[in-house]
Amino acid sequence: MGILDGKRILVAGVTMDSSIGFTVAKVAQEEGATVVISNFGRALGITRRIAGRLPREAPVIELDVTDDEHLASLPERLGEHLDGLDGLVHSIAYANPETSLGGKLLTAPWSDVSQALQVSAFSFASLTTACLPLLGKGSSVVGMTFDATVAWPAYDWMGVAKASLESCSRYLARDLGPKGIRVNLVSAGPLKTLAAKAIPGFEELEAMWSDRSPLGWDETDQVPTGRSVVGLLSDFFPATTGEIVHVDGGYHAMGA
Amino acid sequence: MATTEEIRADLAEIVNEVAGIPADDVQLDKSFTDDLDVDSLSMVEVVVAAEEKFGVKIPDDEVKNLKTVGDAVAFIEQAPQA
Repeated sequence: MGILDGKRILVAGVTMDSSIGFTVAKVAQEEGATVVISNFGRALGITRRIAGRLPREAPVIELDVTDDEHLASLPERLGEHLDGLDGLVHSIAYANPETSLGGKLLTAPWSDVSQALQVSAFSFASLTTACLPLLGKGSSVVGMTFDATVAWPAYDWMGVAKASLESCSRYLARDLGPKGIRVNLVSAGPLKTLAAKAIPGFEELEAMWSDRSPLGWDETDQVPTGRSVVGLLSDFFPATTGEIVHVDGGYHAMGA
Repeated sequence: MATTEEIRADLAEIVNEVAGIPADDVQLDKSFTDDLDVDSLSMVEVVVAAEEKFGVKIPDDEVKNLKTVGDAVAFIEQAPQA
């Protein structure tokens, strides 16, 4: 018996086995869910290889959240693997590391900033909308943020995009609540993923995080984050929506 | 135990499949980035495919040390079977 027995879950945004989405998919399977994973572009080749490392090899679908046709055809393509959807996990973000991260806040061009906002924030709404025909009462949408209430070293326009994501999540919760669909975010501490490695200077954060977190923090362990996402996907948070659950060792609650 | 040449040939096949580089170009002295134009994303896929093919674990921190095909072959030769 698992807390996701019989649930059908799409985890959008899995590249490597170090991806947060990979651990979410793994824990979800261990808890009884049927999981489909997605990625796009050249990284799709990596995802197809990595899918075999899950407890049960998951179907991989191509999904570029900036491609309207990919979104429009998503219910049909998911339908080849699942007869509905009980959970959607959005683990997708991008900002050009050359122009928009690592100390480039003042000079980033709008074209790159708008791309960051589209991929990292708007897509939370557009992907959820695309999945709506499949999502019923009691289903759950979960996204990934990095505490956007304050400014961080290096994070720059990704931080602004995460602030948009956090607001977007609250509005989605407002609009989807009447349909019985919950929308929440997990705010994880820094994790050593492929994406994090692309952020110049992000390791500064990793070093101090563990010292300041009452529970400590292991930036190489995706499991606490994966389990928490699975918790929100489950029926154990039935009255929680528009929430940001911190999975950060307690860092956010400390003043110093 | 596979010979150095067997590992090189298998790795060359992977590099060909992932990045479209002719397998014959993938020789021990060649740099992945400078000579073969394997970018970081392709390198990730090469590593994943090599882990599957050779049954070894290539840690992320190790990947940056694998500058040439010879470095990668040498790492695979000494790595314990996963």
